[in-house]
Amino acid sequence: MSQAGVVIVGAGHAGGSAAAFLRQYGYDGSITLIGEEPLAPYQRPPLSKAWLKGEADAEALMLRPESFYAENAIGLRLNARVDRIDRDGRAVVLGDGDVAPYETLILATGARARRAPLPGLDLAGVLVLRTAADAELLKTALGPGKRLAVIGAGYIGLEAAASARALGAEAVVIEREPRVLARVACPALSTFFQDYHQARGVHFILGAGVDGVIGADGRAAAVKLGGDSLVEADAFLVGVGAVPNQELAADAGLHCNDGIVVDLNARTSDPKVFAIGDCTRRPMPIYGGRMHRLESVPNALEQAKQAAAAIVARPAPAGEVPWFWSDQYDLKLQIAGLAFDAVQTIIRGDIAAASFAVFHLDAENRLQAVEAVNAPQAFMAGRLLIGQRKAVAPDKLRDMSVSMKEVAA
Amino acid sequence: MAKITYIAHDGSSRTIDVKPGLTVMEGAVKNNVPGIDADCGGACACATCHVYVDEAWMEKTGAVSAMEESMLDFAEGVKANSRLSCQIKVSEALDGLVVTTPESQH
Repeated sequence: MSQAGVVIVGAGHAGGSAAAFLRQYGYDGSITLIGEEPLAPYQRPPLSKAWLKGEADAEALMLRPESFYAENAIGLRLNARVDRIDRDGRAVVLGDGDVAPYETLILATGARARRAPLPGLDLAGVLVLRTAADAELLKTALGPGKRLAVIGAGYIGLEAAASARALGAEAVVIEREPRVLARVACPALSTFFQDYHQARGVHFILGAGVDGVIGADGRAAAVKLGGDSLVEADAFLVGVGAVPNQELAADAGLHCNDGIVVDLNARTSDPKVFAIGDCTRRPMPIYGGRMHRLESVPNALEQAKQAAAAIVARPAPAGEVPWFWSDQYDLKLQIAGLAFDAVQTIIRGDIAAASFAVFHLDAENRLQAVEAVNAPQAFMAGRLLIGQRKAVAPDKLRDMSVSMKEVAA
Repeated sequence: MAKITYIAHDGSSRTIDVKPGLTVMEGAVKNNVPGIDADCGGACACATCHVYVDEAWMEKTGAVSAMEESMLDFAEGVKANSRLSCQIKVSEALDGLVVTTPESQH
């Protein structure tokens, strides 16, 4: 291969963006972008949303056209697996034996769908949703008259259920916790989303332990619940969280702790190695510097900028407030911040009208997080307030006659 | 194709042929035009694709939805000609469009 420059392992949203930012920032060394999937970097969020419903095509998913990489002298190696990192020799070793030397390495290996240790999950017809190939399998399995069983009522599961309904399929969601979105949203939001889905024909089985998936003729046929009841379906989707792909880093002796540990320049414990996106555990300056794993596109882009800036010795980009979004039916859920130290919850707006926001304040009335449903002003103002770390007046937040502009003033 | 000129806050500019049907944001991202981040990929969820539309083109870029207006209310450096570029669909009628990107997207 060519001279050592930047090698990026992982051609997802994070890796692809890091390559693009390096060129934007004037980096003129060689860039090699290595990805396991057959596709150039694409957007994953639509896979459970617009793409699954048939509202976006494969071309719309692509972050940039394939010609972009050649035009910008970014060596794109797809269908390629990296087996190990040779830190002493400053090179990565690929599955085909090829060696790619680096001056700087960026790990953007992402996360993979968590596989619950249950019998039957390896049967044909049991799917996860992470890649475009996964989404293609799921889409093929859905349609009028089909029935989708989802294990796990997180964002992926609920988005897939909503998309299944839009495609005319039945959907039943099975969750171990007593409420939907239990790990990622507050109880008020859980209740709202469950009601909204139920009103659109999604069935829920909550507080239910799954014993496994039962097959018939070599294909998955039913989910077996504790108590021996069965949930029959045509397609099965397991959405029970994600696991960071840290093995390459850990095997190379880089500091990992449920994610590759990085600093605010996205640098790992080896100054020549950066890590960005879903595979990392990073400091959260707004939240007292605690370490956290963020699975989101905004985080992937923020860390891609941090790494690219550090590599070209540009000033570090300003810190950002973490945020997330989800589309289900006609609902736009936007979440800013994380409710680490929240002691008080304030609801603004009308839950019944599907336009409201839930604000989470800490003991000093500083905004920690906001969850906004069809309430973009509350989200945008909230994101601003979270970054400012100053106290807000709970009464004003609650009072719809006080505009979010006034609250934020 | 529609020629769209993206002017950066430092005055440098790039003119790109954008396929009708794409958005002004997609035209920028697919061609690595600096200054448009588009975190959410066009879902009108983040306001990181904020641009200033050349006054002469304001009308042709179409009406601003309530959602877009709410997002813009809190974007940094908003002016009368501010738009979210993910909400401007490119058509032949926009051949020659000029937009300027702000110094930073938040």
